[in-house]
Amino acid sequence: MKKAQELVFELSRAGRRAVDLASCDVPEKKLSDLLPGISLRKEKAPLPELSQLDLIRHYTNLSERNFGLDSGFYPLGSCTMKYNPKINEVVARLPGFAATHPLQDESLSQGCLELMYKTEEYLAEISGMDAASLQPAAGAHGELTGLKLIKAYHRNRNDGKRNKVIVPDSAHGTNPATATVCGMDIIEIKSHADGSIDLEALKSVVGDDTAALMLTNPSTLGLFESNIKEIAKIVHDAGGLLYYDGANANAILGIVRPGDMGFDVIHFNVHKTFSTPHGGGGPGAGPIGVKKELIPFLPTPVVKCVDGKYSFDYDRPLSIGRVHAFYGNFGIVIRTYAYIRAMGADGLRQASEDAVLSANYCLSRLKDTFDAPFSRYCMHECIVTSKKQKEFGVKTLDIAKRLLDYGYHPPTIYFPLIVEEAMMIEPTETESKETIDGFIEAMLSIAKEAKEDAFLVTTAPHTTVVTRLDEATAARKPVVRWQP
Amino acid sequence: MNRSYLPHTPEDRVAMLKVVGANCVDDLFVDIPKDIRLGRKLDLPEKMDEVALLKELKFLASKNASFEDYSCFLGAGCYDHFIPVVVDHIISRSEFYTAYTQYQAEVAQGYLQALWEYQSMVCLLTGMAVSNASLYDGGTAAAEAMMMSVSQTKRNKVVVAKTVNPAYRTILNTYAIDLDVSVSEAGYQDGVTTVSDLSKVVNVETAAVIVQYPNFFGSIEDIQALANVVHEQGALFIVIVDPIALALLEAPGNLGADIVVGEGQSLGISTSFGGPGLGFMATTEKLMRKMPGRIVGQTVDTEGKRGFVLTLQAREQHIRREKANSNICSNQALCALAASVYLSTLGKDGFQDVASSCLQKAHYVYDKITSLKGFSGVFKSPFFKEFVVKMPKNVETINKKLLEDKIIGGFDLGNDYPELKDCMLICVTENRSKKEIDNFVDRLEALS
Repeated sequence: MKKAQELVFELSRAGRRAVDLASCDVPEKKLSDLLPGISLRKEKAPLPELSQLDLIRHYTNLSERNFGLDSGFYPLGSCTMKYNPKINEVVARLPGFAATHPLQDESLSQGCLELMYKTEEYLAEISGMDAASLQPAAGAHGELTGLKLIKAYHRNRNDGKRNKVIVPDSAHGTNPATATVCGMDIIEIKSHADGSIDLEALKSVVGDDTAALMLTNPSTLGLFESNIKEIAKIVHDAGGLLYYDGANANAILGIVRPGDMGFDVIHFNVHKTFSTPHGGGGPGAGPIGVKKELIPFLPTPVVKCVDGKYSFDYDRPLSIGRVHAFYGNFGIVIRTYAYIRAMGADGLRQASEDAVLSANYCLSRLKDTFDAPFSRYCMHECIVTSKKQKEFGVKTLDIAKRLLDYGYHPPTIYFPLIVEEAMMIEPTETESKETIDGFIEAMLSIAKEAKEDAFLVTTAPHTTVVTRLDEATAARKPVVRWQP
Repeated sequence: MNRSYLPHTPEDRVAMLKVVGANCVDDLFVDIPKDIRLGRKLDLPEKMDEVALLKELKFLASKNASFEDYSCFLGAGCYDHFIPVVVDHIISRSEFYTAYTQYQAEVAQGYLQALWEYQSMVCLLTGMAVSNASLYDGGTAAAEAMMMSVSQTKRNKVVVAKTVNPAYRTILNTYAIDLDVSVSEAGYQDGVTTVSDLSKVVNVETAAVIVQYPNFFGSIEDIQALANVVHEQGALFIVIVDPIALALLEAPGNLGADIVVGEGQSLGISTSFGGPGLGFMATTEKLMRKMPGRIVGQTVDTEGKRGFVLTLQAREQHIRREKANSNICSNQALCALAASVYLSTLGKDGFQDVASSCLQKAHYVYDKITSLKGFSGVFKSPFFKEFVVKMPKNVETINKKLLEDKIIGGFDLGNDYPELKDCMLICVTENRSKKEIDNFVDRLEALS
């Protein structure tokens, strides 16, 4: 039986070390001479002291208690857990990228600048926008940057009283949260049952205080908003702008572009659509695309190219300023660039087509056993619920936990909020039919268990290194650090 | 088209379409109106095979100067410290880097524990009670701290020291403008913010004061003295720190800081042209529930076994939406893991050795350069690993010459600080050998 995993602090023994550092090779002076009158630490910080083997073993053991995409299927709706190509990991580590300083002379950073410039061009083309910026470090950060651009745009036109952001009730939590961080108020409009925008509800809330509508398309329910042109017209006629949350862009690459739908600002989540690794919660990146009216407000600096020479343009009087100390998560942008170059236009389109096909395949095979609230074709993700299992006392959470015993990461659960007991499944295009079939078999098996042995499901997981955890106590009496 | 990331064969598609009941894939896109469809191929370069792709990326990389070939004396917020090889080895384990956020805790115990250990180490270094599991970078962490303070004090004026990184100050202004928060600056003397500079601008309307420790010039602010000024007015004290310096300097938590933030790139993370970095934040027990970002907490499972979960989620966007403390979702988790591994690798003694080496080498360089004709130290205030030198010529000219000798010179302060024209901010980390250092000094001497 695997014993409990010790803390790195518990493994520490005085005098051990895990690396042989170079010693200081310059003549040394006394600390008190170098830092006169400065308060110094009285004792060294009690960081752990381990041999290199014990250190490696500790983290290797921790990794074995963790489930990555390379370990197994991760059908998380709206997260687009597609395969992370290994070549991207190799190229991001090339010293000519990894060991560069952001402020080194531009003449000796032409490779970095070219990669940034080209990635912006590609993202603008893919999204149907006029320009892009790679500065935001995550999707929510892209939303923040985008809303700030919108605010700056209105302010610049002496229309600064526009401070309302409209979001559907199906919106991802970052949308309203972002509006708050940008000092704006939310107007939440109720969607139709299928998550589509209620045009009458929208018409009733737009006005001369509308800054923007934030929308995902396909929606957070994985369904395409067919009325998007009317929606765009309603908002534009009222003087507002349209913000595109790119979380679901994997459904539409090369098929339809947000810029052509009428959106003015977009963000991509490259750790979703463009294969960069999730990292266990980042780093990702949230590059934005804008229509030309918003270009003057883009964060500084902007990469420009004159006669094949690349440079940073800092002369941007209308810029909103900065949202990052340098140029964003460049290391993640490298991976984005490499992915787009590997796939080409054909590959990206096929990715979306295969993603949509796989999601529909899942839906078709599950909809007789699980409640499927929407019968039409879905896009890259589909929704089923645990309604049919309710009579046995089994909830979505239980099904998710039981899936862990089958070796699968569960789908997204309890989102979107407007579908009760939702399970949102997004296989992505990188999963083989056999893998998807295995997942479907597991889901069908769990449905059978719900009927015949509900206790097994409601007390799952049984085979993981820990059973269900007491989250309530963790929040009531937080223990968030080790005490020496 | 058979591609390595696209497994569906024509046979797979036929089989799947049959189950779905559609004739072709195009049928599945029926909801997309024809008049908005792209209707053409995306205008992107042709796809590349693995051989060509590697060649292309290597070619692009070759156009950049890197620390492999150049000696770096440039800091200004991004640092060439030695990264022990085990760090990359561990963060390259796919169970870590390809994992999702730890919402299903039972299969994420490894990562959750590593992040909890990271949080613990941030507390040990900063002297604060709680840490989160990362923010984007040092600058945005400062902005989040600013927003925390505005929310906590219900005041909307913030003071930031001029000695704070200019890029961070720009970020603060970018965030503040849309929140009706006004940011004003406190001046400096001899490279540090004085009590009198600060007292002039802090009052009972101030939500927070933000200083940097060591500051952008490398000089060491008197945190305790400044904290007293801040707290006298009921404001919160935000200290931006260089984590390496905390191996030697007294922890800001012991000197009156309410929120400590900073850039953790120095802790085992590649410079990578400025990102990804690591924003860290630590605060008092009192402000814990006001913190943005993810927090890992310890708990037990149904059998009483120790385990870890994301906790206090009621602060976050997926629960509280427009009432959340922040909008942050994805953060810099893998970089936090790298930092945790780095600190565990160096350990108690190694961490201090690195800091000590930076301090000694920086002062060695300072002494040598300032004894050269035409070069002079600008500030007398004590410094850690960066310092300011007035150059005999303009900084751009000197740096261009240094590049010919494969040296990346320091930061030109004149652009951001007009009063420091022709002044260079020089950084010396433990990763600069005596040979590199002596060569740097020789080259400067030849230029004067």
